[in-house]
Amino acid sequence: MSRTGMNTLEVSDLSYRYGEKQALKDVSFRLHEGHFTALLGPNGAGKSTLFALLTRLFVSDQGRINIAGHDLARSPRAALSKIGVVFQQPTLDLDMSVMMNMRYFAALHGIKGRDAARRIDQALERLDMRERAGERVRSLNGGHRRRMEIARALLHEPAVLMLDEATVGLDFKSRRAIVDHVHDLADAGLTVFWATHLVDEIRTEDADSDDVIVLHQGRVLAHEPAADLRGTQSLADRFMEMTDTESPADAETIESSAEALT
Amino acid sequence: MSLYLTALLAIMRRESLRFLQQRSRFLAALVRPLIWLVVFAAGFRAALGLSIIPPYETYITYEVYILPGLCGMIQLFNGMQSSLSLVYDQEMGSMRLLLTAPLPRWWLLLSKLLAGVAVSILQCYTFLALAALFGITLPPLGYLFVLPALLISGLMLGALGLLISSTIRQLENFAGVMNFVIFPMFFLSSALYPLWKMAESSDWLRDICAVNPFTHAVELIRFALYQQFNGMALLWVGLSFAVFFGLALLGYDPAHGMTRRRRG
Repeated sequence: MSRTGMNTLEVSDLSYRYGEKQALKDVSFRLHEGHFTALLGPNGAGKSTLFALLTRLFVSDQGRINIAGHDLARSPRAALSKIGVVFQQPTLDLDMSVMMNMRYFAALHGIKGRDAARRIDQALERLDMRERAGERVRSLNGGHRRRMEIARALLHEPAVLMLDEATVGLDFKSRRAIVDHVHDLADAGLTVFWATHLVDEIRTEDADSDDVIVLHQGRVLAHEPAADLRGTQSLADRFMEMTDTESPADAETIESSAEALT
Repeated sequence: MSLYLTALLAIMRRESLRFLQQRSRFLAALVRPLIWLVVFAAGFRAALGLSIIPPYETYITYEVYILPGLCGMIQLFNGMQSSLSLVYDQEMGSMRLLLTAPLPRWWLLLSKLLAGVAVSILQCYTFLALAALFGITLPPLGYLFVLPALLISGLMLGALGLLISSTIRQLENFAGVMNFVIFPMFFLSSALYPLWKMAESSDWLRDICAVNPFTHAVELIRFALYQQFNGMALLWVGLSFAVFFGLALLGYDPAHGMTRRRRG
């Protein structure tokens, strides 16, 4: 187990450019440990770029990323072993069984044999999917696939769970279920980093407010509890107000470059 | 080390399962060289007289001559096919899953490469067995000696595929690979005709063939099938592997390749 105060993600002065285009500019934040933090930004804000940097699909020479006490640039493997990632695009092998998909991932993280079997069993148990372990992933619906990816991302017991627009393409009910599920994980003490452009995925009630990092045009505009950020407004109105500047014409292309490259 | 090995075995297992699931791919991989062997070679035998050249010690039929070349062809296609599946993986996201594993990138890519080579060796042996059924046999020990040769040539051709996959971002661009990589490499080599035969028609064509790494892969396989060692071929294939793999690593390096290729 990591020491207290270490199960978090810290980013300092991170910048990134695609050639002439500045995708991220001096991004700094530290996640509240054991808490749900939403990375909220409109399309093209730089969320995907940030995710690519956090997962070391890209490398920037400006700024630092620290995951659970490990510097991503200096000890990438130690740092990567501490994050669980759910990418926006599905990363399951559709024609392989649920079990095979889980085993493949476990092995990539050095978990094998009985240990792997036990962890996978537990994960599937939690999802109520134990009897479907032999089924092809193709036969699962979108919501189940996503839940499976989340369970898979937790097999190696990471310190931080990161999800990049994990509800894309899901119907309302499945989306709600996934959002609640991940909030439950945070309530149980997991540090969660949730990228989204959908305000309704963020809890804004004073009692159990999520943290929000507002990212716009590659910059962090705010980082505080959603309840504080919205004040007396709704979060949606507040977010609109904050990001209602003319977005640069190339914002779309920057985001899609990040997509195409990773 | 156990972590490395665990990952390698998992990647190999995934690749072979994927391969076995695609029966049509397995079939195509076998039918292609068999057609060359049975149809093309039969027609060509009449047109082409082969004199005795190393490693052969007697006159040989054309079928016997092109057998090593067809093994090379299997590996060439397989290498490009793996490359295709890598591009597919990139589009589908499973490449991210692989690259975010807590292992050095060169090892992950080498594992992917070895998995592809294992599949290609399986194909080659199945093909050689079928050829034997058609009566085209080799010295018994040759079947054993060819294994390391197939491993090295497979690595080289797989690394070429890997390099191509690092420069191609979309599946649509893949038809070009067929035209500009597979065909020239195969036809401008010693797979179908010995180089001296090529020299009869044109010296510079022969020179192109002589620098084509695929020629050396084929010769390495050919000599190994007759329990002989072709040091020159090994050197060429080894060097080509180092260059292709090195460039591929650069292409997959998060600080280099990825960021340079962007849309729009």
